[in-house]
Amino acid sequence: MNLHEYQGKQLFADYGLPVSKSFAVDTPEEAAEACKKIGGDMWVVKAQVHAGGRGKAGGVKLIKDPADAKAFAEQWLGKNLVTFQTDEHGQPVSKILIETCTDIADELYLGAVVDRTTRRVVFMASTEGGVEIEKVAEETPEKILKAEIDPLVGAQPYQARELAFALGLSGDQVKQFTKVFLGLSKLFHDKDLALLEINPLVITDEGNLHCLDAKLGLDSNALYRHPDLQAMRDPSQEDEREAEAAAWELNYVALDGNIGCMVNGAGLAMGTMDIVNLNGGKPANFLDVGGGATKERVAEAFKLILSDDSVKAVLVNIFGGIVRCDMIAEGIIGAVEQVGVNVPVVVRLEGNNAELGTEKLASSGLNIIAATSLTDAAQQVVKAAEGK
Amino acid sequence: MSILIDKNTKVICQGFTGGQGTFHSEQAIAYGTQMVGGVTPGKGGQEHLGLPVFNTVKEAVAKTGAEASVIYVPAPFCKDSILEAANAGIKLIVCITEGIATLDMLEAKVKCDELGVRLIGPNCPGVITPGECKIGIMPGHIHQPGRVGIVSRSGTLTYEAVKQTTDHGFGQSTCVGIGGDPIPGSNFIDILELFENDPKTEAIVMIGEIGGTAEEEASAYIKANVSKPVVSYIAGVTAPPGKRMGHAGAIISGGKGTADEKFAALEDAGVKTVRSLAEIGDALKEVTGW
Repeated sequence: MNLHEYQGKQLFADYGLPVSKSFAVDTPEEAAEACKKIGGDMWVVKAQVHAGGRGKAGGVKLIKDPADAKAFAEQWLGKNLVTFQTDEHGQPVSKILIETCTDIADELYLGAVVDRTTRRVVFMASTEGGVEIEKVAEETPEKILKAEIDPLVGAQPYQARELAFALGLSGDQVKQFTKVFLGLSKLFHDKDLALLEINPLVITDEGNLHCLDAKLGLDSNALYRHPDLQAMRDPSQEDEREAEAAAWELNYVALDGNIGCMVNGAGLAMGTMDIVNLNGGKPANFLDVGGGATKERVAEAFKLILSDDSVKAVLVNIFGGIVRCDMIAEGIIGAVEQVGVNVPVVVRLEGNNAELGTEKLASSGLNIIAATSLTDAAQQVVKAAEGK
Repeated sequence: MSILIDKNTKVICQGFTGGQGTFHSEQAIAYGTQMVGGVTPGKGGQEHLGLPVFNTVKEAVAKTGAEASVIYVPAPFCKDSILEAANAGIKLIVCITEGIATLDMLEAKVKCDELGVRLIGPNCPGVITPGECKIGIMPGHIHQPGRVGIVSRSGTLTYEAVKQTTDHGFGQSTCVGIGGDPIPGSNFIDILELFENDPKTEAIVMIGEIGGTAEEEASAYIKANVSKPVVSYIAGVTAPPGKRMGHAGAIISGGKGTADEKFAALEDAGVKTVRSLAEIGDALKEVTGW
């Protein structure tokens, strides 16, 4: 789960980090009002969506009149912002962040992730702020400085000083950086973050450090212990079908092909997409019904797949380890009877009670093609999707 | 010989009296695993499935001499369960549970390393040495004692590889599911090292998937240290970037962790790769001449 910039900045403020005075608003009137409350004669207005590249897409603007804030809010609220990181439909804008304008003398980058190789939270800092950090890492990896946090003792001030001096900071900036670094590390651990980025972390004309952006990703597996973060969830930024699947404990990812896939196990679900692709077909989705699939969940999974109009055929691939194939077969029959399926369904059942499951499907009188092997299943479903 | 577990391994179950613990302990006992008891705080002194229940792992170890523990407790309590087992003298912890917070695992892993305890999982099917000992949720009946060592990030893909090696008559020495999480207790290299040193393992199947660089690191290890033939399949060639594919660790982020990169690294290390998961058995036949 990701947070909006305004939510991230609230957390930054809670942890004593330097952020601009700001208001997140959801009406044009409030936008103009916010400028007056903040004061001054220049403001930045930012559309709040879960995607980068907002500036280039027109979702960030510098304004000099509260009326312009109102106009900006009118332009974006209720609309979708399309950036290079979104799909062609973009992400809906339901809040605008209004904040004081910050003078920028220099731009730095500061971020943290859980590094899988070192099994540590690793902070990354760079003098190349304000640009895509992936590009910096690719082209000039020497410009990315790193600090690994020991899981048992936590971040230490010396690590902050090492980074600060290497970034070319001096005097009070080193102290400010140390405060930011330790604050972020505490935030990362307290809130179970998966990803944290300040890009840019700016040095103002007066030489002070300031967090101009905030990108935070949360560890979904830890959300249960953070009711405050659960409340920050914005379902409008999530794919509708994926969210519905999650409610049924199904893992679903929409793809752009025409062969619906229903599989048990995440690895096998990917492997099934791959084998469909290898045989000339294009998967319409990734769908893992999980190890403990029940009849009801199988039925829901089936409905979910069929709710995608581009699906021309469905491949069900089940390796019954613990789950019984005859139970899966009942789920499929139930779903097909319930929702009415007018596309061909190819089923490959293997493992626990596979023969009984295949028999049930065969005697159901439904238009279900039983495959003899995984390769056969892939070939059959590709043919079926082509209408052959 | 085999790796990690054999017919003499004494196993306890944490979360013994719960639904998952009960079901899978029954299956393990039926398979022939030496289950010697279980732990459920507050139910110590009772009997469950004909075995003693203890309040703490420490007590279970003292009374039964257990050296391995399998964990079925819910995700929020797993860090505590792992630390309890590690500090009670358990040498092999197999954590089946899915959904453990990443920061919990960072801490648990550091402590296990400090104490010299091997942790398998979480979010995995477990470990099985066919015909001898089954610790986890895999279906025992598809396995056959034999000569192939299997290590995988995915449960059901392991079963596919097991079935193919059984159908070909090769059988398995030991199968290890290292799990689909970003921070696994053991990684490919840990298990590859064990297989390389195990006389019973004559060939290795390694099943990876998108996300992270564990397969790339394993490739470098294989190139330098593994003399046995290795067949590998990587799931997720068709996975889109930035999307988590079921497993917490299966995500291509910042353009890194693609299947193509992993296939390339493995091929560079002399590993026989297959693009279709249905071809694992045939590829083994080809590289071993069996």
